[in-house]
Amino acid sequence: MQVTNILFLLVGLGAFGYYLGRGRSLAMANPLGGIRRLHSLPSYHGMHVALWCLIPSLILLGLWFIFADAVINNLVISSLEPALLPPDSAGYNLVFNKINNIASGVIKEQGQPLGLIEAAQYMDSLRTMSRWSLTLLLLTVSLFGLAWGQRKITVDFRARPAVEKVMQNMLFVCACLAIFTTLGIVLSVLFESIQFFRSVPLYDFVFGLDWSPQTAIREDQVGSSGSFGAIPLFVGTLLVSAVAMFIAVPIGLMSAIYLAEYAGKNVRTFAKPALEVLAGIPTVVYGFFAALTVAPFLRNLGSDFGLAISSESALAAGGVMGIMIIPFISSLADDVITAVPQSMRDGSLAMGATQSETIRRVVIPAALPGIVGGIMLAVSRAIGETMIVVMAAGMAANLTANPLESVTTVTVQIVTLLTGDQEFDSPKTLAAFALGLMLFMVTLVLNIVALHIVKKYREQYE
Amino acid sequence: MNKVDQSTHKSKENTSEQKLNSSPKQSLDLDKNHVTVGKPFSDDSKMTMRNVDVFYADKQAIYDVNLDIAKNEVIAMIGPSGCGKSTFLRTLNRMNDTVDGCRVSGTIAMDGENLYAPKLDVVELRARVGMVFQKPNPFPKSIYENVAYGAKIHGLADSRVDLDEIVENSLRKASLWEEVKERLHQPGTGLSGGQQQRLCIARAIAVSPEVILMDEPCSALDPIATAKIEELIEELSQNFTIAIVTHSMQQAARVSHRTAYFHLGKLIEVNPTEQVFTLPEHQLTEAYITGRFG
Repeated sequence: MQVTNILFLLVGLGAFGYYLGRGRSLAMANPLGGIRRLHSLPSYHGMHVALWCLIPSLILLGLWFIFADAVINNLVISSLEPALLPPDSAGYNLVFNKINNIASGVIKEQGQPLGLIEAAQYMDSLRTMSRWSLTLLLLTVSLFGLAWGQRKITVDFRARPAVEKVMQNMLFVCACLAIFTTLGIVLSVLFESIQFFRSVPLYDFVFGLDWSPQTAIREDQVGSSGSFGAIPLFVGTLLVSAVAMFIAVPIGLMSAIYLAEYAGKNVRTFAKPALEVLAGIPTVVYGFFAALTVAPFLRNLGSDFGLAISSESALAAGGVMGIMIIPFISSLADDVITAVPQSMRDGSLAMGATQSETIRRVVIPAALPGIVGGIMLAVSRAIGETMIVVMAAGMAANLTANPLESVTTVTVQIVTLLTGDQEFDSPKTLAAFALGLMLFMVTLVLNIVALHIVKKYREQYE
Repeated sequence: MNKVDQSTHKSKENTSEQKLNSSPKQSLDLDKNHVTVGKPFSDDSKMTMRNVDVFYADKQAIYDVNLDIAKNEVIAMIGPSGCGKSTFLRTLNRMNDTVDGCRVSGTIAMDGENLYAPKLDVVELRARVGMVFQKPNPFPKSIYENVAYGAKIHGLADSRVDLDEIVENSLRKASLWEEVKERLHQPGTGLSGGQQQRLCIARAIAVSPEVILMDEPCSALDPIATAKIEELIEELSQNFTIAIVTHSMQQAARVSHRTAYFHLGKLIEVNPTEQVFTLPEHQLTEAYITGRFG
């Protein structure tokens, strides 16, 4: 039986269990004078039965998913004739894939060695058996659970706390899932990076000034020793982010101030969503806007003034990125400015301060932690942004602080390292993981700093 | 105020007295054309209000209030919740401007100058009419910066020494100096509630206003802090004109020279405080101070 069908069956059984449990508790309560005699409401009794019916079998199903394939594979391999057994692990995979393909009918049986065909048939029968036994096992466990849950129902049975407990644990499991996923990503990046640092020294990577990740694929290739100095990439990232923040912070902050302090209700209801539309534009669209509209415009403008602006410049990419980030800053800053209590403003206005003095001297200082937090989030966003810089910032790893030149960023290089046909064990590919790890650490530090700032100044007005 | 005005007011006063005499048993229902009883006018007035109506959008909050506030007096405004006393107070320094849809008609003048004239500078007005709020609202700055705030804005100090002097004087006048002189540069929000409120008073008097408005300044404070503020109000009345809104009748009795009783947006009675609390003229005032409603 297919696994999806089994799942449907289980859910059906669960619903049936709910119905039964609820009915049984009602039947017990009625002669005693209604459901007020029960410790828990009938729906909790129903839930309790359904949970008994579902959870053990779902756990079993999960275990099956994890172990069944491994067990079957081992059985199949050990049944092979020694002559067909491959000498090393790479060959092992090859043989195994062949068996697998024959078993699932991807490869025709004709022309294959007899031993392999037998193994494939064996695998097929094992799989069928495993699925049927699983179905039977799960149904039995579910029915036992259902019966057990039913048996436990009494007038005094505390179904409500029991269900509550299960719900709490489910939420806990979900939270853990998110954390473990993050941990898994970090660890996998870390291990790949360690592998990278075996071929390229850490010092050369972190402090190297030259980035040209062209390694020789064949022994006899020339002129491509590859050098992995990350400094130009991080400088490029910082340059583009700085340009972006230079545009986004003043504009975002001032529009937030206007929206929060000056704008009338009508303007606000129109302007705030309109600003947030900017956040909804896909970054790809920003990217080609930067590459096809802004960059040529800047180049032409520059040539009018006698400035040489390259057609892929940090200025174009950073500028468009800044526009993309405006709504982040403005809507976060707007929220914190609105959260400053009116009594602060009243206090200042009553002293004879004008509105702009009040904003400058009282409201903004009071809202500063929130504003800084918003800016820090925006910086993380700018550093991690990929699409715009891929299209508009260029590929050349120039070590420069001039925004009119073409630079490249960490994210751009990760993209170029990993797109196309790659070997997964060459330093060129592994460099992407090392870059990702460093980028992750930089944004992590930024976020920690932001959190710290927000925490330190949080309770100022209260 | 000019002479003509005053005479018309006299006559108004007379009519109200006559009315009172003619019908000693007034009902607790307010008649439509109520005229304030008692002595709402003064010969030595700092602020004068004539026919003041206040509207919030379509709702009228204040009906035809006529009142003088004399120089260096403490006038208390009492009345049940929602009677408009705070609204009225906030018209005196135009803090109601910050409320959407609030409209004031009639004349409110200080030293003969109409506060609602189009060319009046609100910023300057608020420097002359300071305000202390119900909940202490020190800025999230140091104690020093809180007091120096107004002086800095209005350019009252030419040097750091001047500023230091203003801060010290204001804190002394607010009888807070001794408690905070060691920690002037710590945040004002770290003070106790009563100290915060005195800080707000120091902040208000640092710009040397002529009038100080206080909107229930003690309602968030404990009895000891309240007693300190009340003491302070008495001292301040030597230099400032003070209008105070309060929910506590004992407080009105302790600190004020005159008391104005508001009811449903109308000014019912204004009399010397002693008289209001011993021999109120109007039935409603009596009902309120004897606790029959409130």
